[in-house]
Amino acid sequence: MNTNNSNLSSSKNLPPLPDDIAIRVDHVTIRFNMATEKVDNLKEYVIKLLKRQLMFQEFLAVKDVSFDIKRGEAWALVGTNGSGKSTILKAISGILRPYTGTIQINGNIAPLIELGAGFDPNLTARENIYLNGTVLGHSKKYMDEHFSEIVDFAELWDFLDSPIKNFSSGMKARLGFSVATMVYPDILIVDEILSVGDYKFKQKCQARMAEMMAGGTTLLYVSHDIATVRNLCTHAIWIDKGVIRQMGEVQSVCDAYMEGK
Amino acid sequence: MTGTLIQRLTNPFKELIRYKDLLIQLVSRDLKLKYRRSFLGYLWSILSPLLIMSVQALVFSHLFRRGFENDTVSYPVYLLSGQILFNYMNQSTHMAIHSILDSRELIKKVYLPKYIFTISKITSGLIDLVFSMGALVVVMLVFRVKFSLHFLLFPFVLIQLYFFCLGLGLFLAQANVFFRDIQYIYTVVTTAWLYLTPIFYKETMLPEKLQIVVKYCNPMLFYISQFRAVVLYNTFPGWKMVLAGCGAAVAMMLIGSYFFARKQNDFILYI
Repeated sequence: MNTNNSNLSSSKNLPPLPDDIAIRVDHVTIRFNMATEKVDNLKEYVIKLLKRQLMFQEFLAVKDVSFDIKRGEAWALVGTNGSGKSTILKAISGILRPYTGTIQINGNIAPLIELGAGFDPNLTARENIYLNGTVLGHSKKYMDEHFSEIVDFAELWDFLDSPIKNFSSGMKARLGFSVATMVYPDILIVDEILSVGDYKFKQKCQARMAEMMAGGTTLLYVSHDIATVRNLCTHAIWIDKGVIRQMGEVQSVCDAYMEGK
Repeated sequence: MTGTLIQRLTNPFKELIRYKDLLIQLVSRDLKLKYRRSFLGYLWSILSPLLIMSVQALVFSHLFRRGFENDTVSYPVYLLSGQILFNYMNQSTHMAIHSILDSRELIKKVYLPKYIFTISKITSGLIDLVFSMGALVVVMLVFRVKFSLHFLLFPFVLIQLYFFCLGLGLFLAQANVFFRDIQYIYTVVTTAWLYLTPIFYKETMLPEKLQIVVKYCNPMLFYISQFRAVVLYNTFPGWKMVLAGCGAAVAMMLIGSYFFARKQNDFILYI
């Protein structure tokens, strides 16, 4: 579990967050260097440097975005592909640093890793559960204690000792979801991962998320499945080309998004 | 200001302690995957250096016969002791160079201290090296090398070498994220390095000018000669060698971690 109780851009000393705020995103801009041709080797770099052809074109994936998320709320990020939803999620989980602005987090974050990203295909399911759990910051001892709970939820007892490369994408998603939601984190980040599971498992996952939220977990959800968003979330942010178009209560934002599409 | 500086220096260690179980998992994954489904399993750690050593010993022992006539230890033992140390440096840094790029899927999705992937490669190599020590002991027994209490000093040499490799690995891993041809350049460097290290010859057999380069500019010599002193010749390593070895390890760690710390936040944009 990532305990990011402090602000992520460590250079400034910000006042601590009020207790009821889980995430504060303050005037965040995220910049990428969109080189016209990607120079990724030394030879080309030296040649371009000598010819003075090293061009950097900056691309702002997220522009001056601010919002506060209160504890226990469920927020959806909606928008077309490439609008910057995942970039914001990455900045919140600490993977990307904002170029300007600050992000403050109250509590620990559990990112729901996309489809088996944390898995090594050559290891068995059993070994992967430990690997993935420790990736999320749990100790070995903690994983020992919760091992059977995870396998129960994923319903994968029969395949524990086969390498995960033989698993279907749905089975991997099950395993990933079970490991990530084993604890009730303060903040759960879900990025488009439930689209592969079968109907029954999807329902099980949604039930689990609802249960977590009842227990006070803050949810941040990215999906193109507007029906689920309306069902699961209380608030929504519509992002378009890196700028917030609208934010507020989920139904009205979704309505505007569907019309605006 | 000093408060934040101290924090910046101690934070990596705190993080490492928090993620120590992940490190253990990564190291055991490396070892498991290397030997899984191979019939002889971990025995390969002992067998492969033995096999390579016997071929090399067959050829080189005749070529370099003159230099070893007055030596107390026989040629194969001399050869193998240098070889396993050099192999460790060579293999673990070549693994480390890919450590960040190979873990890109994870780094893109979860916040993790990124140096943990580099540390895991250097560490799993070290464990492999300790297994290979088994091969050395076997050869030492066969050629009747006398064991003494000095032998027990070998971990002291391996610790220096470990930190040297870690520093080098950190530097290479971060550089390879930005310039992918570093890995090819490094292969050339290590090949040259191999021939400039007294593994199958003695440094005294080289022409004088070259000797100076090898003696003073090659950190691998510092470690190999200390290792041979305690393991083969039953003496204490000269204090100059110890000092040079520790100095090279500390310097490499400083260089490696400085560049890694400075660049690690940009990895995500390039992987």
